[in-house]
Amino acid sequence: MTATALKTHSLSAYYGDFLAVADVSMTIDQRSITALIGPSGCGKSTFLRTLNRMHEVIPHARVTGEITLAGENLYDPGVDPVLVRQRIGMVFQRPNPFPTMSIRDNVLAGVKLQRSRLPRSEADDVVEQSLRSANLWIEVRDRLGKPGAGLSGGQQQRLCIARAIAVQPDILLMDEPCSALDPISTLAIEELMLELKSTYTVVIVTHNMQQAARVSDKTGFFNLAAVREPGRLVEYADTTTMFSKPKKKETADYIAGRFG
Amino acid sequence: MTILLADPAPTRAESAEPPADPPQAPAPPQAPEHPDHPDHAPAGRSLLAGTASWDRVADKAAKATSTAAGAIILVALAAVGVFLLAQGWPALRAGPDELPAKAESFWTLAGPLAFGSLWAATLALLIATPIAVGAALFITLYAPRKIRGLLAAAIDLLAAIPSVVYGLWGLMVFAPLVAKFYKPLSEHLGWIPLFAGKPSATGRTILTAALVLAVMILPIIASVSREVFRQTPPLEIEASLALGATRWEMIRMAVFPHARSGIVSGAMLGLGRALGETMAIAMVLSPTPFLMTFRLLESQNPNTVAAFVAQNFPEAHGTGVNALIGLGLILFVITFAVNWAARRVVAPKPT
Repeated sequence: MTATALKTHSLSAYYGDFLAVADVSMTIDQRSITALIGPSGCGKSTFLRTLNRMHEVIPHARVTGEITLAGENLYDPGVDPVLVRQRIGMVFQRPNPFPTMSIRDNVLAGVKLQRSRLPRSEADDVVEQSLRSANLWIEVRDRLGKPGAGLSGGQQQRLCIARAIAVQPDILLMDEPCSALDPISTLAIEELMLELKSTYTVVIVTHNMQQAARVSDKTGFFNLAAVREPGRLVEYADTTTMFSKPKKKETADYIAGRFG
Repeated sequence: MTILLADPAPTRAESAEPPADPPQAPAPPQAPEHPDHPDHAPAGRSLLAGTASWDRVADKAAKATSTAAGAIILVALAAVGVFLLAQGWPALRAGPDELPAKAESFWTLAGPLAFGSLWAATLALLIATPIAVGAALFITLYAPRKIRGLLAAAIDLLAAIPSVVYGLWGLMVFAPLVAKFYKPLSEHLGWIPLFAGKPSATGRTILTAALVLAVMILPIIASVSREVFRQTPPLEIEASLALGATRWEMIRMAVFPHARSGIVSGAMLGLGRALGETMAIAMVLSPTPFLMTFRLLESQNPNTVAAFVAQNFPEAHGTGVNALIGLGLILFVITFAVNWAARRVVAPKPT
């Protein structure tokens, strides 16, 4: 039995009055990869963003329900969203390194927020460790002072992963991290995810069902009952089960490519 | 009710029709085929037939108009430059008898005035920029949606107040008000050279003038800053927030790096206005001829170029007029140099 990293309980996400995701209760295992799949607009990205309180950054967006991380409710009124985001990192669909910062400063961006004084030698260690963990060290070690925007798309995305893991989060959320990348860069990120799961809990939203099948331990399938209806978690199980014998016809149809 | 409402409508439509007609008259050559019958269009289309002839004319007209507009700006600039040079030139060698304020030479007149202009404008910029940037940040990133528009409109409205009104307000309300603060300021902070000397009782000092100027240039800097803050890439805002940045840390990581050049351009626009501002300074400031001092609170203050020209023009004659025009040339050169320097600062550095 694996330990639980994160647990949601009847979680619903709204944009103003519009209910985007309704009543999701799921348990995310520690040191595993959980994939969230489903057609466009089914609310899987919205759900992902509720996990580190990034959803509420959008004006009028709000959340009801509970998410527990190590017994604490992330949405407790006394909880500071800034601290939540330091423990639950995020990688976005499009690589977004800070364009005016060097590669080194990009990796250290989050660390410097938490520790105003960081001795140089320690900073060097963090940069090397994070870039090694993101499989980027060998490619960039000679040009750490150069701007991060000069890297290729795949390298930029690995830089963003390095930046996210430099703060040593408990959980890493990835919102379609490969959708803007070519197949070779995608493969590099997938291999990286498999390495990361020995240390981190990874939750990934993906459009690519093969990707979900290749990398994840568990898969959750989100879908809409109809247009303007909220997204729901239709089925959630071990990835092998989901792709070989799903319980619901809706899941089977989506996985077989009959819609979406 | 319906009848009452229906009645005025046709009359309005009728009255609107005649003026609407003439612009429509040249339209037929644009579209000789009936646009209602789409099957006409592909049949009449040939790459060689020149169907786009009207578009070509419009294209050429647009090009000609915009070229002309660009040329007019250059011509106007050149004309002003030539006028200033030609008319100002004779003053350069004029003696004390011909110059305004009995100046020994043109340069003993122009030097302190140029200093006064730069000093007042710099002070105004130093005061206005932090306030304007702060206000712009508050409006774009902190203020609740409801008061955002209200506050932005209020700041823009500051720009709509004529400078003569600022002058009156500065002279009659603001100067007496700040004069009360100048006395304790000089008593407690008099050891700082800027605040040394006997404070003015009327408050009509260079600092008061700079404060009024600061209010006048605040809207330009604020609106340019607001615009650049609004254009921060959302991806970078999210990147910093997702790393656990607070609002202020997000502003430092994502907003400021993009806004730097925009803030500098806004400040330079403000500086340009402050350098050229005439009326408010002429009314608020109580100047002393040929004075150059950094002291802020004394009753003796350096004058500015623009204010001096405005104050002395009514009584000027002969070479005196040339001297005032020559002063205009000096101001022109200063403003030009400031703008050029600002462009150098803003231009992206080669990496």
